[in-house]
Amino acid sequence: MEVAKLTDITRVYKIGQVETRALNGVSLSINSGEFTSLVGPSGSGKTTLLQLIGCLDRPSTGKVVIDGKDATNLNRNQRADLRKSTIGFVFQFFALIPTLTAYENVEMPLLLNGKTPSERKQRVLELLDAVGMPDRANNRPDQLSGGQQQRVAVARALATDPKLILADEPTANLDTENGEQVMEIMKRLNKETGTTFVFATHDPRVIKYASRVVTLQDGLIVKDTQG
Amino acid sequence: MINYFKLAYRNLGRHRRRSVLSGLALAMGTALLMFIAAFFQGEMRSSMETTLRLNTGHLQVQDSDYDPDKLSVAWEYLIENPEQAAAQIEALDQVQAATPRLMASGIISIGDESTGVQIMGIVPESEANDPYRNGIVSGSFITADDREGIVIGLPLADALGLKVGDSLNLLVNTADGNVDEQQFIVRGIFTTGTTAYDKGVVFLPLAKAQAFSGAANHASLIFILLKDREQADAVKAAIQGSGYKVETWAEMNQLLVFVNDFSNAYLTVINLIVLGVTATVIVNTLLMSVFERMREIGVLSSIGMKGRQVVALFLAEASMLGLFGISLGALAGWALSAYFGKVGIYFGDLGMSSDMLLNDRIYTILTLESAINLIVTAFIITLLASLYPARLASRMEPVEALRGAQ
Ligand SMILES: Nc1ncnc2c1ncn2[C@@H]1O[C@H](COP(=O)(O)OP(=O)(O)OP(=O)(O)O)[C@@H](O)[C@H]1O
Ligand SMILES: [Mg+2]
Repeated sequence: MEVAKLTDITRVYKIGQVETRALNGVSLSINSGEFTSLVGPSGSGKTTLLQLIGCLDRPSTGKVVIDGKDATNLNRNQRADLRKSTIGFVFQFFALIPTLTAYENVEMPLLLNGKTPSERKQRVLELLDAVGMPDRANNRPDQLSGGQQQRVAVARALATDPKLILADEPTANLDTENGEQVMEIMKRLNKETGTTFVFATHDPRVIKYASRVVTLQDGLIVKDTQG
Repeated sequence: MINYFKLAYRNLGRHRRRSVLSGLALAMGTALLMFIAAFFQGEMRSSMETTLRLNTGHLQVQDSDYDPDKLSVAWEYLIENPEQAAAQIEALDQVQAATPRLMASGIISIGDESTGVQIMGIVPESEANDPYRNGIVSGSFITADDREGIVIGLPLADALGLKVGDSLNLLVNTADGNVDEQQFIVRGIFTTGTTAYDKGVVFLPLAKAQAFSGAANHASLIFILLKDREQADAVKAAIQGSGYKVETWAEMNQLLVFVNDFSNAYLTVINLIVLGVTATVIVNTLLMSVFERMREIGVLSSIGMKGRQVVALFLAEASMLGLFGISLGALAGWALSAYFGKVGIYFGDLGMSSDMLLNDRIYTILTLESAINLIVTAFIITLLASLYPARLASRMEPVEALRGAQ
């Protein structure tokens, strides 16, 4: 089953007269259950590609299909709805809402999806448990270490049980131990729940977890290796 | 449901000092405006009441040719046998008091000092003269059959060094165009609280004033007080006749009525200016908040928060700021108005024209209506002001917002 299918994608950024072709004709199909790593030198287009898969952005040309639905020409609200139900995000910076506790951060997507209080409670506790943070529910992000924050962020990304989780350099701000820990958690959840993961990374220690490695260079896929 | 107010409360708490300061700006604006409104209300009511009570009454009957500015006692400008007409008018249901008054111009002299005054011949026992009778500060009020007594105002007595029992020389312009002169004894000294009025008026009994000025059996006007001044037009219609004219308070005080009517428009302008200034504080606070939280907004938007939910988030912050600031301000404004409503604010003699008398002390009056008006307006303006930053936040593309603070 294809979770995401991108066909002939280009993405051109225009700043004044200067055009940057961040993606230059990319076709990529992500299958359910994959644990895919996007690699490539800085500026090769990893983040851009991830944002297009995540419907945070729209391609200049080409087609994006997410979970069987054509997302190419959706408006803002429709894209927000699609993200809300189908996609989870983990960012390089530990993107938790600083005023909310770990519990409330994980709860936020469930609130946005209109879940009942009891559903929310059960799910949040389950997830905090799954990322090894059951006793930190009431801590604010500034009371957590970077690794702990990123684990909460992973829990939040998983909250609505999305088909696809996109992570942009999730380990870049973590030391080796914490980086491995977060990757272990993602890998385990990938195995246990079958959730599809795509992450962009430079980190060779991370790439070893991947079931598929897609290499980008100058806005083109130059290599795609399975296993 | 997302509890926007919980989020808003926590976000405001993130920069507590900034939130409190912008709340205080709103509070100060609200308190100031409430006080200004109360002051205006007090001033307008005072000037209206003072002017009607002391100067024009609610209605006047005058000879068709009478000119109040001339103070002439030539018979052609006067009404004859006014007592009878006054009694008939006073018998009307809507009328509280109707009394004849003779106005003449005179000069008081003591030694080398002299000063021009308005001589008012009155029927002392009429209720219409209560403001003077009740304002006696030394001696007593004049009586109808007193042939050499006079009552003068406190500022005049102070200026001329006169005490009760002292005598003074009074010159009057008579009906036939000459002057007459006589010694009078100060029986009483009064104050109405309006220096501009008290310094220029002296009272004689009507009969004495008529005899002195050669206007026997005549009066300049019949001064009428109504139980309800809104009845002025109705009573005017009822007593209308030929050979004389009836003027209502609104006709006699056009300037005052105009100022009164426009004070509301004027207040609205002041409100908008002051609230506009405080609104910029709110806009500024929320804009700072939006720019600081760009990435956060990007994150929320990535996990599916929609534009209108982002707007709601910021509107919730603005309304909490507004609730805090405006209620604090309303409380302070109410306290100020209540305090100065009791003790008043002393202005003294502002040297206003006699067309618009003001009490020397103005008592603020805060009406519930103007308080509610102001609170609602302030709240609406706060919300409107927050709309710009809120929409700015909601319209950011998630990718731009995410990059915003990186
Ligand atoms: N908003 C933007 N406006 C203009 N140019 C952009 C924008 N975003 C990305 N680019 C350009 O597009 C190209 C691809 O950028 P992208 O961020 O996708 O690279 P990346 O592979 O994620 O790099 P890194 O490994 O450094 O994160 C780069 O040349 C970058 O400068
Ligand atoms: Mg990148």
